[in-house]
Amino acid sequence: MKFLSQTLKLITINLKSVPARWGATLVIVVGLAGVVGVITALQSMSQGMVATLRATGSPDRAIVLRGGSNSELSSFFTRDQAIVIEQAPGVAKGADGKPLASGEIIVIAERKLRRSGTDSNVSMRGVGPAGFAMRPELKIVEGRAFQPGLQEIIVGKKAQEQFLGLEVGSKVQIRGSEWNVVGAFTSNGDAHESEAMVDIETAQSAFRRNGYSSLLVKLDDPAEFEAFKDSLTTDPRLQVDVQKEVEYFSAQSRNFTRTIGVLVSVVGVIMGLGAVFAALNTMYSAIAARTVEIATLRALGFGGGVVVLATIAEAMTLALIGGLIGGAGAYLFFNGYTVSTLGAGFTQVAFSFRVTPQLLANGLILSLFVGFLGGFFPALRAARMQIATALRAA
Amino acid sequence: MTALVSIRGVSKRYTRGKQTVEVLQKLNLDIAQGDFLALMGPSGSGKTTLLNLIGGLDKPSDGEVMVDGKRIDTLSAGDLAKWRARHVGFVFQFYNLLPVLTAEANVELPLLLTNLSKAQRKKNVAAALAVVGLADRAGHKPNELSGGQAQRVAIARALVADPTLLVCDEPTGDLDRKTADEILNLLQTLNRDHGKTIVMVTHDAKAAEFASHQLHMDKGALVGEAP
Repeated sequence: MKFLSQTLKLITINLKSVPARWGATLVIVVGLAGVVGVITALQSMSQGMVATLRATGSPDRAIVLRGGSNSELSSFFTRDQAIVIEQAPGVAKGADGKPLASGEIIVIAERKLRRSGTDSNVSMRGVGPAGFAMRPELKIVEGRAFQPGLQEIIVGKKAQEQFLGLEVGSKVQIRGSEWNVVGAFTSNGDAHESEAMVDIETAQSAFRRNGYSSLLVKLDDPAEFEAFKDSLTTDPRLQVDVQKEVEYFSAQSRNFTRTIGVLVSVVGVIMGLGAVFAALNTMYSAIAARTVEIATLRALGFGGGVVVLATIAEAMTLALIGGLIGGAGAYLFFNGYTVSTLGAGFTQVAFSFRVTPQLLANGLILSLFVGFLGGFFPALRAARMQIATALRAA
Repeated sequence: MTALVSIRGVSKRYTRGKQTVEVLQKLNLDIAQGDFLALMGPSGSGKTTLLNLIGGLDKPSDGEVMVDGKRIDTLSAGDLAKWRARHVGFVFQFYNLLPVLTAEANVELPLLLTNLSKAQRKKNVAAALAVVGLADRAGHKPNELSGGQAQRVAIARALVADPTLLVCDEPTGDLDRKTADEILNLLQTLNRDHGKTIVMVTHDAKAAEFASHQLHMDKGALVGEAP
């Protein structure tokens, strides 16, 4: 108890002396704020991308691609193959008794990005009526749905935010044909909100596609996925890959999260090392400035252990303040900030940064760790100083 | 009078690179309980080193240091810290008060190492400040006090835990004559009226006159008692 009260007293003394050396103290606070801010922002970007792609899809839906295709863009089926797939066991039927399966195509259209004015790719998805019936999350929030047979498109809200000229009522030129934007939709913030959608038959005709890029099916029971998959992969007429829709979109974020992970690691290590050295510098300065004070306290009978703990606690407190500032900054400036990046299909996927409580907690843990490292060695020096010698520094 | 401090065959050597400097040479000294001893001598004569050994701030290279019947030169660093907290009050030339603390909080520091309650600590601090005549400056920080007042606070801090011994290193070295005399009068009162044993290092012959004994040192040895 006495040890604790001595340590607390010494921590109080140390922290009270901080205003007398603000310059040196700011190094540790600003350093940690920068490290935590940057790392949290980078991770929140990764979190946002993952959340967007993981939110895409439903457990009771499966997507079928040509065997060996990584994405819908590189996949192709004939109409005959699509019929075989629709008839596979486990595919749910609609009220009209027809299979709930949507043969879809993906066409890339170039549009100018709103933030930079540069050309980028937006996905146009051709969908049939079943495609809407199977996606209850898709809601028209402005205008109306496209009419089959007309060159009309509806645009996801995030695509509207990211690209110029996709407002409802505008006309867009896509691969030599003109399309009217008749509506805007939301889709629970998932990846489809970065797309435009058109009638499949009209798209096949306009873009001279005689088949499909992918086939989305609704399963009677998600537990029957393996049976459905086996029935297709063992059918000699087909060479297909079958994935749960949720897993397909999760996999699309894998490369991105891996890249961000590497970036976070590299940036984190470099900035973290910088912050450790900044903290070391601050604390060595603090110890040097307080040599006589520490020696006096030691002369009065305060133990070396108390001095070590109080010095480390001071460094950790300052680092924590920096971490809090960095975390708060990342939250204020980046949480909810929407950007887009190239997805696996060379098309833009819009997503929002997500500064989660877990990321904030990680940032604070990192700052405490850096503070500990930054305080440990100066603390040892403080505890080991020869009292008689240090007193002469007065 | 019995010897409170007993020093036998004490040497102190420092090694700087390949060179060894002998600061104290086989020194013997007894300081009686209730004595007020002034250690005098030129710079480098070893008087502060001797004071540090008596106060448990340093350990001899050879020899024994006994204080109040306890051999302190063999104590571990931790035990020596505890021993200092219980038995020694320090007064330094530049006061060594913690600038961020008030006079009251500075004086309380040694009591944080005891088992006294907060109320008891407050009472003892008030008593110590009253002894040095600074009861009305309890809430002031060191930069709000004159040099003499700051040294009085330092003396109150040295006294507050009722130590066996007061160790003063040039306590008036930073003060003008008048203020120095006030501080020395205070030390004299503590010695005479409160029975405190005081060992004081000083360059100042006038300051030394306030002590009951004076010893001179030169080149690490005691060269005799001053007249």
